[in-house]
Parts: sequence; structure tokens; C-alpha cells
Amino acid sequence: MRFSRKTLGIPYAIFLIIFVAAPLLVLFYYAFTNGQGQFTISNFVHFFTDPNTLGTLFYSFAIALVTTTVCLLLAYPVAYFLATSGIKQQSVFLMLFVMPMWINFSLRITALKEILNLLEGNLAMHPFLNAVIGMTYDFMPFMILPIYTTISRLDGALREAAMDLGANSAQTFLRVTLPLSLPGVISGVSMVFLPAMTNYVVLDMLYNSTYIMGSLIGSYFAAYNWHGGSMISLILLAMICIFTLLTGSGDESQARGGALL
Amino acid sequence: MHSMFVKKSAPARDASSGFAACGGRGRRMLPLFSFDFDALLRDGSTDSGARGRRGRRLLSLFAAVLLWTGCVLQLFRVQAEASETVTLRVCNWEEYIDLGDWDEEETIELPSGDILGENSMVEDFEEWYEETYGKKVRVEYSTFGTNEDLYNMLTLGDVYDLVCPSEYLIMKLMAEKQLVPLSDAFFDTSEEYNYYSRGVSPYIRKVFEDKKIGGEPWARYMAGYMWGVTGLVYNPALVTKEQASTWAILADPSFKRQVTIKDSVRDSYFAAVGAIKSELLTSEEFRAAPDYAQKLEDEMNDTSPEMVAQVEEWLKGVKNNVFSFETDAGKADMITGKVAVNYQWSGDGVYTMDQADEDGFELAWAVPEESTDIYFDGWVMLKNGIGDDAEKQHAAEAFINFLSRPDNAIRNMYYIGYTSVLSGGDDPRLFEYAQYNYEAEEEEEDEEEAEEQTAGEGATKEKAETEAVGEDGAEEEAETEAAGEDAAEESADEAAEETVPYDLSYFFSEDGEGEYIIYAPESQVDRQLSAAYPPADVIGRSSIMVYFNEEQSARINQMWINVRCFDIRDVPAWAWVLTLAAAAAAAWMILFRFRHS
Repeated sequence: MRFSRKTLGIPYAIFLIIFVAAPLLVLFYYAFTNGQGQFTISNFVHFFTDPNTLGTLFYSFAIALVTTTVCLLLAYPVAYFLATSGIKQQSVFLMLFVMPMWINFSLRITALKEILNLLEGNLAMHPFLNAVIGMTYDFMPFMILPIYTTISRLDGALREAAMDLGANSAQTFLRVTLPLSLPGVISGVSMVFLPAMTNYVVLDMLYNSTYIMGSLIGSYFAAYNWHGGSMISLILLAMICIFTLLTGSGDESQARGGALL
Repeated sequence: MHSMFVKKSAPARDASSGFAACGGRGRRMLPLFSFDFDALLRDGSTDSGARGRRGRRLLSLFAAVLLWTGCVLQLFRVQAEASETVTLRVCNWEEYIDLGDWDEEETIELPSGDILGENSMVEDFEEWYEETYGKKVRVEYSTFGTNEDLYNMLTLGDVYDLVCPSEYLIMKLMAEKQLVPLSDAFFDTSEEYNYYSRGVSPYIRKVFEDKKIGGEPWARYMAGYMWGVTGLVYNPALVTKEQASTWAILADPSFKRQVTIKDSVRDSYFAAVGAIKSELLTSEEFRAAPDYAQKLEDEMNDTSPEMVAQVEEWLKGVKNNVFSFETDAGKADMITGKVAVNYQWSGDGVYTMDQADEDGFELAWAVPEESTDIYFDGWVMLKNGIGDDAEKQHAAEAFINFLSRPDNAIRNMYYIGYTSVLSGGDDPRLFEYAQYNYEAEEEEEDEEEAEEQTAGEGATKEKAETEAVGEDGAEEEAETEAAGEDAAEESADEAAEETVPYDLSYFFSEDGEGEYIIYAPESQVDRQLSAAYPPADVIGRSSIMVYFNEEQSARINQMWINVRCFDIRDVPAWAWVLTLAAAAAAAWMILFRFRHS
């Protein structure tokens, strides 16, 4: 057998087939069959007619939306000043924001739980707020990094040109910097929004007993209803695909931001 | 039973044993590889050009050959071993068996002999089996998290010989004809090694023989392991015993966000039925009915659509009243004082109270007056694992028996905190272990005093014997003996003023009567003791929860989803407006991006 570069790809191809392609096929099979193994679209219809599954979708959506907005409002100024102020210890500051990512996730949430407990008293009184705080805490670096990378790579000459042509600093920001940093914002949003819709561990640990998409899927599987659970997973997958297609994938900034993590 | 249960020092034990195992394996591997590779690498790296490349290719070829040879050799060895070794695939709850590595000073001192553990129970079994039956057995031990997980694993094609689910899953497996019955030899009590049949509690044996699926008793397929009831751990500083003695406390607004409920459909359903039917269940009339036990079981397993609808209403209220739905976190929340009441399985209840004791504050245990869910975890053999393999079945039954040997049962109880189904039969150690844990300390001293006193009387008796001759002497002996007994009784009476007799004869004695009484400090009656060994009146109002058929399960699971999910019809108008605005903003952003790129 000739040893070529392609050969190096074989292990990964095998990995892909076993752990990505095969489970997906199984997912499709279960989603479109019933308990007797016959083809059916009733799982699909059920998802869009049951007020509970739709309500869960709405609730997950609301949590993800608020989380993403809060993340964005907090992260953009940080990333902007970090990238433009020209402080010498830029990398140190950036490190400070990324460092929490290196600590185990459940440990961080447990610590957060104790802090919130001090601040709020009884944690169970504010389930929605807690979920948003927990998720914001967890996903913040995913928002800061892409925005930071995009802004720091903007050509400073563009801003100078705007100033020269008579724009004040507010106008420069609104008409030059902000539009040019949008790719970073979009990749940040997609990195926060989608996980926030399914990360139910945060809710569990912070005493929010309402299901979001992740826990709903889990409950279907625990009740031996693999068909319904597969269908919900599939619908979620479809939504992610649509979202990614619309926002455009393959951002360089996303790649760089990801590498830092 | 239902969740990870970690005895205080267990994590430390795990960690140390884990490291040791890794280190050991690593050391054995190293010499083999370092030698060959070093030599080859040196060869390849000093040369350059074509020879170097060839050298490297040679290296990879050599490595491949080496690996393959290793694999093939290993395979042969495994096959050779397999022919003479029985492999037993066991699947048990997580942290539900003695995993070994006790501290040196950890010894359970019982009157009939000390008990201490060194190796894990599984290793000990392998050794014991070879010594006893002259045959090698290798146990592949794995664990599961919930009954539902185990059932999913079995359905997905995982093969096990011996598993330890709860009674309702066993009932389901029995109904599905997935189990191999225990052999007749297993029940032969004249055989010394049949520790299970010789030692199982008469109470448990009766339950397992009375309960039937498809005309066959549980006992034919299932050997019990641990058991318990469900109840409430509560903080006596905030909650009275009376308040904690009803399921209705879960919905009580005066304990808003201070109560936890189980994140499990079945446990929550049971509590809800108990609370809804509270009036009926606690009425004198219902209690006095001749077929009370059966009626109670029917009421508690009521899954009619009307009942499910009521439960849904009740649980929706509970969802807005409880602190959390939990399976594991409730113990910590109870100990750290975040909540006042915690719906708990008795074994975990004991653990929670033990931990609180260590932190210096007191928690208590109450079992609701309506009814309690009694559960049994037991060993069953699976058809698709055991098949017709008699040797394997022998090993599986030997495994059950080994775990049921009194000293091993105590080791497991000590390690995991749950209560074994064994009473010990002729062996007094299981009852001694209950005394060792819960008997009042003053009482022990009193007993010793009493013994000394009796010994003293004995001395006078001897003296009397030497002085008097014949029948007179015998009479006097009888007298002094009686005096000794009186003295012992007197001191026991004195002790009873501070302690409470706690009768466990229903569990330990063959005819339900006898001297199986623990003289416990009064507070223990509402604490660990009553959680570990529920008193007879709690057993009287206990009910099992049967497994539900597909239709019932579907109904209950849908109810659970309705409770836990957010109903889209409850979304307020302002939320709709905000969401639509956000969606519009997102759409605008996407369009904007397309236009500019």
C-alpha cells in the first residue's frame, strides 16, 4: 500500500463514520418511526402541536435571547476598549477573561451558587434570573473573544479617514467600527445563543425546575420514548443548521477565537 | 439506592485505589516499549536522506508488527483463560458495594467477632470462589445510575448475567420473561454456603413469596440486596414532627421554597397520590378494613385518568412551592441548611443525618402518615447473559450468597449506608450490628454492670454450693440464679427510663415475636434508627409501587412533561412582543450582513 497524505486522514474518517454519521442515521431512523418500527411523521406533528413542547421551545428561546443580549451588552464595551485603548498588558487582560474557561464548569457554577445564595437569600425564588446569570457567566468568554479579535484587526486607517472627513468619534464608531465588527458579533452570538438553548445543567444546578430543550430530550429518553426524543434532537439540529447557514460560517475571527480557547 | 451514595471516606478510598491501579499498569508497560523504540529512533535520526526515510518506515513497520503480535498474543491468552475461567458480568448501582481500602483503624467491633474490610468485595469473591469451588471466576463489574438507564442499556443490547435493579423493574423484567429463575439448590438451607436462603429476613422472605407476577412469586427470580422506605428528612428547629408526617407538606405554602421533591416521575407521583388521598388514607375506617394492605396498594397505584389529572394539578402547585426537584443535590442542601425538608430515600436519609451530626446540628426523619413507598433492590439473572450455562449460573448464585454472608452484608451496609434484607438467620451479627449502631451507650454500660453483678452472684452461688451438699445446694443455686436475673432486670428497667425499647422482631424473628429489641436513646426513634429499620407501624402502612403498563406509563410520563414544561399558552403578551422584536432585529442584522458582503 502506498503511504500518502490521504492515509493520515483515515483514522479521522473512521472516527467520523462511527461517532457522527452512524448516530445521525440512527437519529433519523428513530425520529421517523413509531414503536412498531413503521414510518410516521406523527412525532414531527406532535412537536408542533403540543403546547408543552412549543412552550419549552419558547422558554429556551427566551433564556437564550436574554443571555445573549446581556452577554453582548457586557462583552462589546470590554472587547472594544481592550482592542483599541492600546494598554500594554492587553494579553494579560484577555487572559483574565478567558481564565475561567480553564476551571471545571460544574465547579464554577457551584461557586456561583454560593455567591448568589449570599446575595439573593433563597435561590429558588428567582429561577429565570438565576438561569440567565449562570449562563452569562458561563458563556461570556465566547462573546468577548470573537469581538475582540475582529476589532483588534480593523485597519486603524479607516477610523482616521473617517475623522479626517469630519466625522466625530460617535459617528466614526457607528458608521465605521460597529458595522465592520459585526462579523465578530455574529459569531459571538451564534456561539452563545445555541448552547444557551440546551445547556440544562446550569438550570438544574441553580434550582430552576422548568425544562428547556436539553432536559426535555432527556426526559423523553428516560421514559423510553426514543422516537419523540430523536425528533426533538433532529428539529434542534435543523434549527442550528438554518441559523449557521443564515449567518454564514467559516469566519476567520471565529477560528482564531476558538483557537485561543 | 437511587443515586450516588458516598460514605464519608469513600471518595478518598476511590482516589487512592485508582491511582494505585494506574501506576501499576504504567510500570508494567514501560520497559517493553522504551527499549525497542529508543534503539530504533537513534538509528533513524543519525542517518539522513533515503536511508533515513527507509529507517523511519522500518520503524513504523516494526512498531506495527510489535503491536499486532502483542494483540494476537493477548488474544490467545484471553482465549486460553476463558476456557477455564467463568466470566460473570455484574451490573449494580453506583457506589452500592464495598469497594475496599478501609482505613486501618476502621473495624466494626461486634460481640461475635470483629469485622473489617481490606479488598473490594468483588476481589474477595473471586478469591473465595476459587478456594471454595476450585474454579476460577472473573467478575466484570459495571454500574448504572437509574433503573431507567439500566433498562435502556439492556434494550440497547448490553449483556449482563446478574443485575441489581429495584423491585418495579424486576417486576417488568419478570413480566417480559427476561429472567432466569434461581435454581432449587439455591434454596437448600441445609447447605452451608447458601448464605442468602439461610440468612434472609423472615419478613422479606414472606413479602417476596406473597408478591406475584403472572402467578410466579418474586422469590423465584429475585434475591434481595438492600431495602428501605421513602420519607422526609426535616430540620426539627423549623418543622415539627407532625408537620413532617404528611406528604401535604410538599405543597404547604408556609414552607415556600424550603422543601425539595424527587426529580423522578414515580417518586413524585407516589407523594402526590398520598397527599391527595390523605383524608381517606388516614381515616380509621380505611385503616381498620380487613384487606387494608391490598386496598392501600390499589389506592397508591391508582393511575386512572382522573387521578393523573389531579396529580398534575397538585404537582404544578408543588413546582411553584418547592425549592428544587433533585436526585442528589438535596442531601447537600439539607446539610448546609438551604432547605428545611427533603423528600428522601431512607438510606440517603441516614447519610444526611450522619453528616449533619458531624457538623453539629440535628436533623430528623419522619415517614408520612398516609403511606410510604417501600422498595427492594435485588439480584436477578438475565436470560440473554446466563442462557443455559450452568457454570455461570452457579457462579452468579454464589456471588449472591457471598454478598449475603453476614460479615460481608455488614461490610456493605457499613460502606454504603443502606439496610440489608438479611436478618442473619442463626448468625447474631446482623442484629448485633444494628445494636452497635443505635443502642444507647449508657445501656451497654448497664448491661456490663448487670453482667458483673450476675457474676458476683455466681461466686456466692459457688460458695453456697461448696458449703451445702445435695438437694439443698441445688435449691440455693436456683435461688441465687433468680436473684441474678432480678438484678439484671432491675438495671434494664433503670436504663429504660432514659431509653426507649425499639422492637425489630418483625424483621429479625421467625415468628414475628421475640427478643429483638434495641434500647435506643429516645431521640433515635425519630432519627437514623427509624430510617435504617422502620418500625412495624411504618411497615404496616407501606405500599409497593407496581410497574405500570405502556398505557399507564405514557399517561404518567405525559403528565410529568406537562408539569415540568412551560405551556406556550401561559406566555404573557409583553413577552410575545419582546420576542418578535428580537426576531425582527436578528432578521435585520442578517439582511444587513448579506447586503454588505
